[in-house]
Amino acid sequence: MKFLRTKIDQLKKPFGKGEKWEKFAPAINALDTFLYVPNHVTKRGAHIRDAVDLKRTMITVVVALLPALIYGIYNTGYQYLYQVNGGEVAFMEAFLHGLGKILPMIVVSYGVGLAIEFAFAVYRGHEVNEGFLVTGLLVPMIMPVDIPLWMVGLSVAFAVLIGKEAFGGTGMNILNPALLARAFAFFAYPTYMSGNKVWVSEASHIDAVSGETILGSLATGHDVHFSMMDMFYGAIPGSIGETSTLCILVGALILIATGVGSWRIMLGGLIGASLTGLLFNLWGANALMSFPWYGHLIVGGFAFGIVFMATDPVSAAQTNKGKWIYGILIGFFCLMIRLFNPAYPEGVMLGILLMNVFAPTIDFYVVEANIKRRKKRLEASKKLKTA
Amino acid sequence: MSKKAKKSPIFLFVSEEKEPLFSKKNRKLVTDPLNDDNPITVQVLGICSALAITVQLKPALVMALAVMAVVALSNVVVSLIRNIIPNRIRIIVQLVVVAALVILVDQVLKAYSYEVSKQLSVFVGLIITNCIVMGRLEAFALGNGPWKSFLDGIGNAAGYGIILIIVAFFRELLGSGKLFGMEILGHKGVTLAESTGLYALGYENNGFMLLPPMALIIVGIIIWVQRSRNRKLIEKE
Repeated sequence: MKFLRTKIDQLKKPFGKGEKWEKFAPAINALDTFLYVPNHVTKRGAHIRDAVDLKRTMITVVVALLPALIYGIYNTGYQYLYQVNGGEVAFMEAFLHGLGKILPMIVVSYGVGLAIEFAFAVYRGHEVNEGFLVTGLLVPMIMPVDIPLWMVGLSVAFAVLIGKEAFGGTGMNILNPALLARAFAFFAYPTYMSGNKVWVSEASHIDAVSGETILGSLATGHDVHFSMMDMFYGAIPGSIGETSTLCILVGALILIATGVGSWRIMLGGLIGASLTGLLFNLWGANALMSFPWYGHLIVGGFAFGIVFMATDPVSAAQTNKGKWIYGILIGFFCLMIRLFNPAYPEGVMLGILLMNVFAPTIDFYVVEANIKRRKKRLEASKKLKTA
Repeated sequence: MSKKAKKSPIFLFVSEEKEPLFSKKNRKLVTDPLNDDNPITVQVLGICSALAITVQLKPALVMALAVMAVVALSNVVVSLIRNIIPNRIRIIVQLVVVAALVILVDQVLKAYSYEVSKQLSVFVGLIITNCIVMGRLEAFALGNGPWKSFLDGIGNAAGYGIILIIVAFFRELLGSGKLFGMEILGHKGVTLAESTGLYALGYENNGFMLLPPMALIIVGIIIWVQRSRNRKLIEKE
């Protein structure tokens, strides 16, 4: 590995202080720190250093995303080949078909996003942050498979520019950038992002292929011919990465075990959605409402959203009590939008974005309540002393 | 109102110093609001109408002209009577002046460009609530002569109009592929084969541009660009 180190040092030389390309130093530093742990030393003040820096955190999330991504690639091919050819579908065949569709999306997403991040790093003179490693992978995973690549690129550009850089870069965004990218595409190109024709590849060209999600079928009053087991394993149409609840659970376990994702938010979301679902099961006014509450947890993007999007440490609530409230409200709003807004059969994206906006407010009141409680305790103890 | 002004001609000229009509100071009254003191991007006034009527260029342009007429004329009128308005009821007097002018503008629009007037609907009437109008009356016309007030009104309305037109330009071009109703980017047919221009390459109109939030985002981007070019606008911490 010594060879690589000397090679990078050689490469870095023209970027040093006072050298020719000093301005572009952040770009080469990003490459360096991507491969090696940086060697800076904290210069003053009390400090604790930990091997788990932002980069490790982000890589952990990427690893947690992999099961869902691999299954998503397979499922993309499977849904298409199953409907076109019928019968059995070989794993490799389906996987390769899916890969051909999804790999370009991932490349475009990373390419556009990293280009903007690097440009801003150079322009503003700060280092490139790693936050985009996760965002860049999340964006393709929450898009329908047939979306044109330039729309993916434009959505990513919007999310990084308006959602992140305008607020000051990584760690300053109030909204989850990946969800913002999806929301942008959703409102800008609704015909590519919603409806019954987009969730299986080529469904808009071939009449025999139906590209309807389960929530879409329920909303339009069609019959659902997938078993609960299919929905849990994920052999259903939907956005690329969100269909398999099983793979998402594996990811959730990785996030919880490493402490990267907050279990309070995930559990809160689960409780919120389950209770809301149960409540409307009792009412059961239409197909969506009488769809069993546990079904609502495993279809659509709920599982993916609550595990990978809601737990984004930047845009979520920070206090422990706040995380519970935040999670429960996301579950609640997700179901409310699904059940009561016929235009949006899926509500988890809007639910999370809405709560992103309210997260600081939740934190504020949690902290205020804590201060009040402690003030009261102080006064009580003072009274005790004087008595 | 003009009668009152005639009755008290002294007030008209008392505070005026002799200076050429387009002195440097007077020119600054018009040019400042275009950039350094822009009513929308710097003072952040009149945002609501900027969101509502900027889907297409034509209504935005008409709105900008309507606001210009109202601001400039009300500035002149209030400036003429500024020394005889009792201070405690000045807001009501200003409102009467502005309301009269808004109704005039509304009637002119209805008479000469009915289609645009229908598109603008209530927003012409709502010019009266546009903060820029009252803001300029309070901040400028009450303390300055009619000529200066007129220039100030023209300048501020132009600053408002420029932003309106920039926002409407992007929203109409990207949202419906048109400018002033003309298809700039080609024609979008039902299928790809029937389309021409960019649409034949698979380009799609951006539906988000037609929604009001996008106007807010574009105004935000304009503010961002303006401030990074014009460093003195950045507040000191």
